[in-house]
Amino acid sequence: MSKTIVLFGRLMRHILRSPDTIITVLLMPIAFMLLFVYVFGGALKGSLPAGTTYVNYLLPGILLIAIASGISYTAFRLFTDVQNGLFTRFNSMPISRSAMLWAHVLTSLVSNMISVVIIIAIALLMGFRSSASFLNWLAVIGILALFTLTLTWIAVIPGITAKSIDGASAFSYPIIFLPFLSSAFIPTATMPKVLRIFAENQPVTSIANTIRALLNSQPAGSSIWVALAWCVGIMIVAYLFAMRAYRAKI
Amino acid sequence: MADKALEVQGLRKSFKDQEVLRGVDFEVGRGEIFALLGSNGAGKTTTINILATLLKADGGTAIVNGFDVASAPEKVRESISLTGQFAAVDDILTGRENLILIARLRNVSAPAQVADDLLARFGLAGAANKRAGAYSGGMKRRLDIAMSLVGAPAVIFLDEPTTGLDPEGRLEVWKTVRTLADGGTTILLTTQYLDEAEQLADRVAILHGGVIIANGTLDELKKLLPPAKVEYVEKQPTLEDVFLAITDDKGSGTLSCVHDKVPDPLSSVGSLLREGSDPDE
Ligand SMILES: Nc1ncnc2c1ncn2[C@@H]1O[C@H](COP(=O)(O)OP(=O)(O)O)[C@@H](O)[C@H]1O
Ligand SMILES: [Mg+2]
Repeated sequence: MSKTIVLFGRLMRHILRSPDTIITVLLMPIAFMLLFVYVFGGALKGSLPAGTTYVNYLLPGILLIAIASGISYTAFRLFTDVQNGLFTRFNSMPISRSAMLWAHVLTSLVSNMISVVIIIAIALLMGFRSSASFLNWLAVIGILALFTLTLTWIAVIPGITAKSIDGASAFSYPIIFLPFLSSAFIPTATMPKVLRIFAENQPVTSIANTIRALLNSQPAGSSIWVALAWCVGIMIVAYLFAMRAYRAKI
Repeated sequence: MADKALEVQGLRKSFKDQEVLRGVDFEVGRGEIFALLGSNGAGKTTTINILATLLKADGGTAIVNGFDVASAPEKVRESISLTGQFAAVDDILTGRENLILIARLRNVSAPAQVADDLLARFGLAGAANKRAGAYSGGMKRRLDIAMSLVGAPAVIFLDEPTTGLDPEGRLEVWKTVRTLADGGTTILLTTQYLDEAEQLADRVAILHGGVIIANGTLDELKKLLPPAKVEYVEKQPTLEDVFLAITDDKGSGTLSCVHDKVPDPLSSVGSLLREGSDPDE
């Protein structure tokens, strides 16, 4: 366990020393938030539920996009460690074989939670307000952490098995795109039928709806259970595949 | 505990239907420098990976520092350190941070002190706070080897420590390995170069066709050669001789090796190898 913390410290240092990581992970979602709120926000106002500001509506989707793009760096960091032999070096040392993997998972979780906090702070500056109770906030953080872990275990698979850097991060593009085909930016009601059926039944919609309801102190209804089921289900499958790839490597 | 640092018996390993190791036997005494000599693809890395518990053998036994790699891999990992065929350092961390990282992972007390000592010993003190990614090939390799010394493991594996280095880097690494040996550490190194084995090792084993075809001290190996082999030919300077001669700022005596008229017995071992000797001997 203490070895996991040492390796975690090493990876966090990597993040602090690569400004491009920080910029890409934070800048893209922040730019989307500015663009949607100030450019499209006025035009979209009519299709929002009464009394909702667009930044309040949008924030959950922005957070999910930030996590999805942050996760490609999880794969990238793991890939780099495998490629330059550090993975092998650590595996020949007297430390638990899973310490390295858990350090990557922990780094992914902590770094994404940090970017979530920064983006919420910027949203507050842009007029985001929440009436959520402390318990609701805890639930929001819990769901975002679960979403991060789910994507992290997906990221571990290309991180370990990819043959090139592009291969290691390409998996994240469709995931980053998924919020655009969901209720994250606009309610699904105005979408064409086929798209709407897809949007209403893909994981991001239930996750975004749940977070939005929690932040606005509204009942989340069944969407919270659908969201949890999606995350836990995908995480278990990804975890099994990731562990299999990991064992094949060591 | 056994007086042998390594005992390898009947080691076998195949990848799919390719038989790479077909019964490898050798022993290495404590404090010995042992060179495993073999051409590219002979199975040197495979052997080392099995001894370092990174790979499971299909058959045979391997005892490292008294512990069986199959039944006590954790104990083996506490006894060893592996410097792989390609330098495995963290490019984003500085040289010093790399060493401190390993020291903390090995539960060494006073990690910073250990790091500074090793940096000084390996001539890296000046580059201690530079990122390892900015090091030259030779410096990276020295850092890599220094990282393997943290915590003073009983046995060190060096897999082709000089492959890919320029002549100068090669000499740096040779010097490093000799320093290690003075400290009493057991070293198993692999190499494709006869002269490297000659320079560094107490004993040499030649891995060929999946088995050890020769094993002994340098003198013993030289005795294997047919006596009629003595020829006096003027040795042409190699690129390496020339390079060293013109880059050596002390400039003393380096040129003499260019006109060396002594036969080079080890290259004859190479021809022995190429003739494909009987695997039983
Ligand atoms: N993981 C592997 N899968 C399949 N074949 C392998 C693997 N590792 C090594 N080999 C094959 O085994 C042979 C010996 O490889 P290796 O031990 O790396 O040789 P050396 O280190 O002496 O150059 C080579 O032919 C290589 O292609
Ligand atoms: Mg090799």
